[in-house]
Amino acid sequence: MNTKHMEAGGYIRQLLCDGNIKSLFRGVRRGTTAAILATTMIVGAGLDVQAAGTLRIGLQASDIPLPNGQTDQGSEGMRFIGYTLFEALVAYDLSSSDKPVTLVPGLATSWSVDEADKTKWTFKLREGVKFHDGSTFDAAAVVWNLDKILNPDAAQYDEKQAGQGRGRIPTIASYTAVDDYTVEITTKTADALIPFEIAWIVMSSPTQWEAVGNSWDAFLNDPSGTGPFKLEAYVPRERAELVPNPDYWNTDRIPDLDKVVLYPVPDESARVAGIRSGQLDWIEAPPADALESLQDAGFTISSNVYPHVWPWHLSRLEGSPWNDIKVRKAANLAIDREGMKSLLNGMMLPAKGMVPPTSDWFGSPEFEVKYDLEAARALMAEAGHSKDNPINVKAIISPSGGGQMQPILMNEFIQQNLAEIGINVEFDVRDWNALISNWRAGAKDATTNGAMSTNSSYFSQDPFTALMRHVDSRLVAPNGTNWGYYSNPEADALIDTIRTEFDPAKQLEAIQALHEIYVDEALFLFVAHDVAPRAMAPNVKGFVQAQNWFQDITPVTVE
Amino acid sequence: MLAYILKRIAYAVPISIGVSVLCFSLVQLAPGDPLTLVISTDASQEAIDAAKQRYGLDQPLPVQYFIWLKNAVAGDLGQSIASGRPVAAEIGNATVYSLSLAFIASVIAFVLGCGMGVISGYTLGSMTDKLVSAIAISGVSIPHYWLGIVLVVLFSVNLNLLPAMGAGNSDEMDLWQRLRFMVLPAITLAAMPTGIITRSVRALVAEKLSEDFVTALAAKGLTRTQIFFHIVKNAAPTALAIVGVQMGYLMAGSILVETVFSWPGTGLLLNNAILNRDIPLLQGTILVLALFFVVLNLVVDIVHPLFDPRIKRA
Repeated sequence: MNTKHMEAGGYIRQLLCDGNIKSLFRGVRRGTTAAILATTMIVGAGLDVQAAGTLRIGLQASDIPLPNGQTDQGSEGMRFIGYTLFEALVAYDLSSSDKPVTLVPGLATSWSVDEADKTKWTFKLREGVKFHDGSTFDAAAVVWNLDKILNPDAAQYDEKQAGQGRGRIPTIASYTAVDDYTVEITTKTADALIPFEIAWIVMSSPTQWEAVGNSWDAFLNDPSGTGPFKLEAYVPRERAELVPNPDYWNTDRIPDLDKVVLYPVPDESARVAGIRSGQLDWIEAPPADALESLQDAGFTISSNVYPHVWPWHLSRLEGSPWNDIKVRKAANLAIDREGMKSLLNGMMLPAKGMVPPTSDWFGSPEFEVKYDLEAARALMAEAGHSKDNPINVKAIISPSGGGQMQPILMNEFIQQNLAEIGINVEFDVRDWNALISNWRAGAKDATTNGAMSTNSSYFSQDPFTALMRHVDSRLVAPNGTNWGYYSNPEADALIDTIRTEFDPAKQLEAIQALHEIYVDEALFLFVAHDVAPRAMAPNVKGFVQAQNWFQDITPVTVE
Repeated sequence: MLAYILKRIAYAVPISIGVSVLCFSLVQLAPGDPLTLVISTDASQEAIDAAKQRYGLDQPLPVQYFIWLKNAVAGDLGQSIASGRPVAAEIGNATVYSLSLAFIASVIAFVLGCGMGVISGYTLGSMTDKLVSAIAISGVSIPHYWLGIVLVVLFSVNLNLLPAMGAGNSDEMDLWQRLRFMVLPAITLAAMPTGIITRSVRALVAEKLSEDFVTALAAKGLTRTQIFFHIVKNAAPTALAIVGVQMGYLMAGSILVETVFSWPGTGLLLNNAILNRDIPLLQGTILVLALFFVVLNLVVDIVHPLFDPRIKRA
């Protein structure tokens, strides 16, 4: 049923992309004439009269992310609201598409940990920064914002923002303003990852919150941060309009655009229709089967690798066939990732581990994840299995979801590949929300229903989300998301080192060693890294797609 | 008449409760968790428990249901878990969009359906009749979302005459601009009821034409036009009942059309509520849609005797 649904969806998108009604009757037909494109562009310009410098973006989310500060709607919310209107003490350098993204000073100019007491961090704040309402950003504002998500007794405590932010800074115990531009943060235990964690926490204006009547609901309509954009209009479920902040502290990043309009368009076919008809200039995540024809019609497809991995997270409970390392390695050698890549119109990077080989964290594992059917079959034979004597596995997958790429297509491809070496896969298809609930509940939960793997794509922005949380034996449900109940004292020790090692070089060594365990033990079925395709009208210029979940739209212009 | 109306309103109460119980149970049966969206993926169990308590999700199911029912009766449908906004306001907003779309689609369906039905009924068996019947059957059988996409390809992508998605910027547009956003979704939505109304009116007209009173009228020397009005008068009550029910379907059954066109009505709201497991929003929307059906049937029942004097209400 899902396959049919997919085929129907693909066909409909093909119609949209071809932009030619004749293809209704002829079936799949590629390309459009230049005349149609020209008509689309010329008439399209008159369809929605907008200022020349207006960038209209079609989001995947079904609602406008809340402009309260610690916004919702996952990474897309942070990308377009969290880090445009607001800022954190630590920022990401998103200016290059060539190098991995690193942390850079944001609202803090520097940070350091006390040599004698590794739980004490000092953040020196940037002077001369103003919130959109004109009030001054200072140490009191930082303390106020930490109270906003950590202190239920504070007047400004907001459950919604706490729900989004608290989990990002689990080790923070206390914080205090030393002077106007110095904040001291104390952690419960030594935590070398604090800069990564604090980069999540954005600053809303205390003065504005008071001005709108001490109400977060009222704040939504008139929010104030320190970011390069200000909010001009907010209509829930319909649109948000962002305009440049002319007083932004970093004059290099004051936007040239007149306006950015965000539209929630959760249906991918509707997004394609929106950009093809000239209603949108930029769409997030165009479907893979629309890319070629969008390009043929003159649209730009931007993509780049970013910290994302699309694996099968394997169960290590008793009775799981994935407990045999030979089977795990064989499965990893049986996936024709290049074949899958062409199936996705090139929109993936074959995985060789949890992070791409270009990452600092990759290390030098001995086992190479590649396509080698002979070796895979030999390993299966050693494990006592073959096509005639297969292993049966049940796999949880989802038909869609954030970061899930084209899950049905990819999983059916894997199913065929694994059948070649004697692993028969039965799918347990659940919608995205249900898959996530089970992932939180762990493999022992009744909802797992005998499945031996789950297919949740992972965000890997920092060492914790990328590597630590999946294999830390102390983070099995309900304490964390080690779904498969993997347990290895060596991995646990490395995780402790990463957390408590403040020498960056030594910390990096531990991260690499942990990643080497992942690959050498073939802990997951490593399949793909997404490359985050987005489509843009030809008149959208200046966008540099960083290797990240977050992107900088300040250099973008619309001609 | 008043007693009849009161009785019909009283009937609506058990129907609504039945609908709400059914919908509540179905939502609970589905796997998934409404908290997925409101807490970060690495939230601790402590944070999850706190959130559950905050939304009342830690209570036993019957207790959750009765708390919801008590508040709903008082007009408080709770808060959306995903957005934190009051459910009543969310539904109110979306209902305006859906109603306006349903209204335009009803007008299209009524005019086209009755027109084609009468022509077809009058010319039974002719080529015209066959053509109209073919159009009507296509209208009923073509999937909504497919027709919507085809219209978008034609009128938005190729010809670039009409917007492909959304409802535009609600506070900056005049009526004409608003209508432009509604043309494609309204036509898509009208296709099915147009077909149904055409088929029904065709049968009605054909049936009335064969009745004795038509022969009698002709014998009395009435013109074709005069006879036509007699037939319309006789066929109207049944046609009206059909149109009423169809309008209910338009309001409630537009999930696919609203999703294809990103139209911010109740259909899209319901779709998102289902995907997010936003239980308060889901229950509120279904309850309001069910009530809408009940009210619409009530209105049709009340209006019916005005057109058909044979029906006497106690």
